[in-house]
Amino acid sequence: MTQKEIDEPTGVETTGHSWDGIKELNNPLPRWWLTVFYVSVLFSIGYWVAMPAWPGITGYTKGLRNHSERENVAAAVAELETARNQTMSRLLTVTSVEQVENDPELLQYTMAAGGSIFGDNCATCHGAGGQGFPGYPNLNDDSWLWGGSFDQIKQTIRYGIRSGHPEAHVNLMQAFGRDGILSADAISDMVEYVASLSGGEADPAAVERAAPVFAQQCVTCHGADGTGSQELGAPNLTDSIWLYGGDKQTIHETLMNGRGGVMPAWTDRMSDAQITALAVYVHSLGGGE
Amino acid sequence: MLNRHEILEKHGLLLTVMILLVVAVGGIVEIAPLFWLESTIEKVKGVRPYTPLELAGRNIYVREGCYTCHSQQVRPLRDEVERYGHYSLAAESMYDHPFQWGSKRTGPDLARVGGKYSDAWHRQHMIDPRSLVPESIMPPYAFLANHEVREGDIAGWLKTNRTVGVPYSDDMIENAVVDLKAQVDPFSENYDAFLARYPNAVVRDFDGDPRRITEMDALIAYLQVLGTMVDFSTSMSQSKTIGDRSCMRPCRASLRTWGLVLFIIAFVLVLIYALNPRNKENFDHAKRIPLEDEDQYNDSERN
Repeated sequence: MTQKEIDEPTGVETTGHSWDGIKELNNPLPRWWLTVFYVSVLFSIGYWVAMPAWPGITGYTKGLRNHSERENVAAAVAELETARNQTMSRLLTVTSVEQVENDPELLQYTMAAGGSIFGDNCATCHGAGGQGFPGYPNLNDDSWLWGGSFDQIKQTIRYGIRSGHPEAHVNLMQAFGRDGILSADAISDMVEYVASLSGGEADPAAVERAAPVFAQQCVTCHGADGTGSQELGAPNLTDSIWLYGGDKQTIHETLMNGRGGVMPAWTDRMSDAQITALAVYVHSLGGGE
Repeated sequence: MLNRHEILEKHGLLLTVMILLVVAVGGIVEIAPLFWLESTIEKVKGVRPYTPLELAGRNIYVREGCYTCHSQQVRPLRDEVERYGHYSLAAESMYDHPFQWGSKRTGPDLARVGGKYSDAWHRQHMIDPRSLVPESIMPPYAFLANHEVREGDIAGWLKTNRTVGVPYSDDMIENAVVDLKAQVDPFSENYDAFLARYPNAVVRDFDGDPRRITEMDALIAYLQVLGTMVDFSTSMSQSKTIGDRSCMRPCRASLRTWGLVLFIIAFVLVLIYALNPRNKENFDHAKRIPLEDEDQYNDSERN
């Protein structure tokens, strides 16, 4: 065994390594550092045994705790559902808004649930307050394309509009200009006619020219007086509420290229109880019928 | 045995190779098993390679750096499952090269955005995000509606993906441009052939401009397919059977754990051997081998 060599000025043992006469001191590692190091090593050994750690040929060591993120999340969701279930299952039996309104506890729960579902899923198009955007209906007013009763709202949420779901609401505002159904002049006249329906300024001569065309092309859906039909999802043209805009340029655009907004079907993304809560919430926004 | 260490220390190339091997252990243990473990990518039904249009959209997604703000991975946490839907499965991004899981959510996760909004919404939101979401800080991508997808590139993209393992057939590559056009035209004569090649693909004009195939078409087609390939009403039971199967062999699983315990005991024995004072002399000798050489060399130089 080699002799220990002590460096005189510092009194520290050297490693015996020498380069050009300069010797390396063998200072010990700090005790706290070593302690942490060895504790980490011990911890890792315990971790290997307790948790999934080492891969094998066909699987991996599951660990004695049998930890699984997937099982954890399934358990967490199940726990949440149990906690909610009492009220949520009551929502399944709800057939009218009054039923919820007459039960303060259920109402509070439904509004909170409906509000949070609305924020996650609906606000992106209809706005955080349900105020809507051009092309995406305002849910606060009294004007409904497909009906504003509790059941109708539920139906719309569940299957959507032109969503591709077989139960979805479907209608067609044709591209009268693009598809050549009406001439450019006839469309310009019709713009005046539509503007006049809601009391807007319009050229009387054009309105007169367009009236028979309206009777021929538009009344099937929008009705003879232009008040529309919730049955067919045809908007009321006589009020001042517009889905895409009531200025003449936008009306022209609508007549030229048609419209066909899409609302997705939510039946696959939401449970029945969630859809009920959402329908109560939307109904309460202002215009529920 | 320790004296043989001298052989290593005296041969540079051998030493380099051995160092490489030792360093590679970490990689071999952590990465290599992923290629054969069946739990890495569970088999689920419905995942198919992207259609040419969706693939073009994916390339735009990558090109524009969407992943810097949007992740594509619903993690198995309660709040995420509540908000976005079923947690992401590895199989859902098995044809993504590279995957777009991301690690930053300035915007929301997009793993399950397919079908959540209408095409028109996506179009308007891409052109002017704040017209629909006033608080959004997403930059506008209006130019996508004016750029046409370059048809000449499509077949090359499919081939490239095949090189890295996506099962595009010769038929698919040959018909790449045909399929690209077929997906935006529900009345095309290639409709059936297209759907035969890409089952359950959505066929419609995505950007509202039927005259041409723009990058907007491609990107919306890609967004609308995200997270929709696996039908979770059935695959939940599938993943359950995977769990059941491993439950049927509990002894194997615990064998592995106890095997691990054995390895740990062996490791502790090695530690005891290495730290045993009686072996210190051997180790000290081994430690000095290179220095002794150096001393000889120095001595001969001095002489």
